[in-house]
Amino acid sequence: MTDEQRQPVARGTVSSEVMIEMRNVHKWFGSFHVLRDVSLTVHRGERIVICGPSGSGKSTLIRCINRLEDHQRGHIVVDGTELTNNLKRIETIRSEVGIVFQQFNLFPHLTVIENLVLAPIWVRKLPRREAEEAAMKYLERVRIPEQARKYPGQLSGGQQQRVAIARALCMNPKIMLFDEPTSALDPEMIKEVLDVMVELAESGMTMLVVSHEMGFARTVAHRMMFMDEGQIVEESPPEEFFTRPRSARTKLFLSQILYH
Amino acid sequence: MAGQVQSVGQPSGVILAPPAATVGVVGWLRQNLFPSPLNAALTLLVLYALYLAIPPVVRWALIDADWVGSTREACSRDGACWVFIRVWFERLMYGLYPREEIWRINVGYGVLAVVGLLLFVPRFPWKHWIGVFLLLVYPVIAFFLFVGGTFAVSLVHLAVGLALIGSTVVRLTPAFRGRAWSAAWGRVYPAFALGALAWLVLGDWLLDLAPLTVSVHLWPQVETRLWGGLFLTLVVAAVGIVGSLPLGILLALGRRSHMPVIRAICVAFIEVWRGVPLITVLFMASNMFPLFMPDGVNFDKLLRALLGVTIFASAYMAEVVRGGLQAIPRGQYEAAEALGLGYWRTTGLVILPQALKIVIPGIVNSFIGLFKDSTLVLVIGLFDFLGMAQAAASNAHWLGFAIEGYVFTGLGFWIFCFGMSRYSQRLERRLHTVR
Repeated sequence: MTDEQRQPVARGTVSSEVMIEMRNVHKWFGSFHVLRDVSLTVHRGERIVICGPSGSGKSTLIRCINRLEDHQRGHIVVDGTELTNNLKRIETIRSEVGIVFQQFNLFPHLTVIENLVLAPIWVRKLPRREAEEAAMKYLERVRIPEQARKYPGQLSGGQQQRVAIARALCMNPKIMLFDEPTSALDPEMIKEVLDVMVELAESGMTMLVVSHEMGFARTVAHRMMFMDEGQIVEESPPEEFFTRPRSARTKLFLSQILYH
Repeated sequence: MAGQVQSVGQPSGVILAPPAATVGVVGWLRQNLFPSPLNAALTLLVLYALYLAIPPVVRWALIDADWVGSTREACSRDGACWVFIRVWFERLMYGLYPREEIWRINVGYGVLAVVGLLLFVPRFPWKHWIGVFLLLVYPVIAFFLFVGGTFAVSLVHLAVGLALIGSTVVRLTPAFRGRAWSAAWGRVYPAFALGALAWLVLGDWLLDLAPLTVSVHLWPQVETRLWGGLFLTLVVAAVGIVGSLPLGILLALGRRSHMPVIRAICVAFIEVWRGVPLITVLFMASNMFPLFMPDGVNFDKLLRALLGVTIFASAYMAEVVRGGLQAIPRGQYEAAEALGLGYWRTTGLVILPQALKIVIPGIVNSFIGLFKDSTLVLVIGLFDFLGMAQAAASNAHWLGFAIEGYVFTGLGFWIFCFGMSRYSQRLERRLHTVR
């Protein structure tokens, strides 16, 4: 991986404005306690990378932020709006929080450009032409404007994931969530997706990234978070996190993913 | 074998023609019909069976058949007597529809044919408008054409109806989307549409509109009991097909709803209607239903049959569509909802287009089944294409020509069903996108 050679992205841009606040959040899947008393504050412009073993609740944590999962106890406030069962509010939050999935989840029956303009036209009520102009701008940003008229099935995994990022950006989100964005990709495609994410970080986007790409984490993260068994076990700046992890579980996890 | 051995000995770099035994007519025959002794024997057996079957059929249907004449006496020879079909042709096509009014049906067919052909023009720009026309405007035109008679139209209703159609068109026109007034109108539209519909249904009971009513008499009324033949078959099938698809989609969505009451209602509806034979449904619609109605309220018998067929078919359609819905991965819902598309837009823009594409074969299967099931309206005294043929064959002057009748109607049904099948294959190819 070439991430190691990247210059770290400047980290001085975090404002004091709170974008996401989770207080004592609990969640159960049936009798399985996935999130145990999770509290977390994210400021505008802050970039957090979450790692941890599978089943530790990290995906569930970020999926709670745009209510793809609901929580059973505690409070989640996104950009000043508390997440409740109020459908109208959930739709508002969702249009302001972009998410990128492990499996891309592009709409296979629509071309790339149609994937991008769907929500701007139907949710933001933009005229088609305006939406397409904006979409092309984002496709250029993720470096695949020439694929605009193709169907997702005709693209490589890395290209699909970049389209998925562009699709989320088309809604002008205030927050971007990434749920293991490179885990389903072949190794040679991981870099092209991470490059796009680093650029996004440079633009000052608030980002929560579930990832095991440690080089990427070192480059962009303000804070690293290690989750295990539904709890945030350790939380520290990347330097400290990688060189002087405090808990034994973090040490074990890092040794497993860094030196295999 | 010899060719292969030889090719091994060729110097590398020389491109050889394929062995003669796999190309050309002989090659094809050898590969497909006589690849092994067993296959060769089977081929010969089938050829012999065809030799036994086809010539007599051709002789009966074409060579020995009677083609000209207008009475039973013309049927003199051993083969089929197509004079029977010729004499009864009008009845087989139009039932008892009065001869001097048949042009109305033909005009209806003509409009349909012209508009339908436009659908086949590959890059015709207004295809979705054709769809709107066929589903919303054509049924109204067809109703006035086929039923006819004197219509009392309240001017208020007319104005409200036109306003409803106009506003819906405006709402659906992509070019207007995004304008400021369009967004404002979008918020008012649902309430307006509901109000307008309610008025059209209930207005007569609420207010006396007689002074504002004009009556229009274009052509005489033709009662539906006179409808018959292929015309009736097409009416029943078309109404059933056009009605059952949207109803089936709604039922399928309802059955997958998270709301227990809606889910229970849809499950019950589907299971009840799917579990009852169509004949029972038609009998109930024809004989029992009027008993439950207060005196003086009388629905047209054909209308009742149409309702019965539509509801019956929609229960089947619901399960076909549900199969498609279940094939859509959960990630598609999540991605759409994460973009802020709510339930209806997620369903309409992301889920249904994919789900329906998957189940096109199943949908067309149901359509074809429905088309043929429409012959059951005979049991409630409606004479469709097949019923008319049977009636003709039992006419005292024409006894003994049932076979001609069945062959002719069979061919007729086959043409329509095969047409649907071909159209669906075309649609599948056109909608195919790489997954």
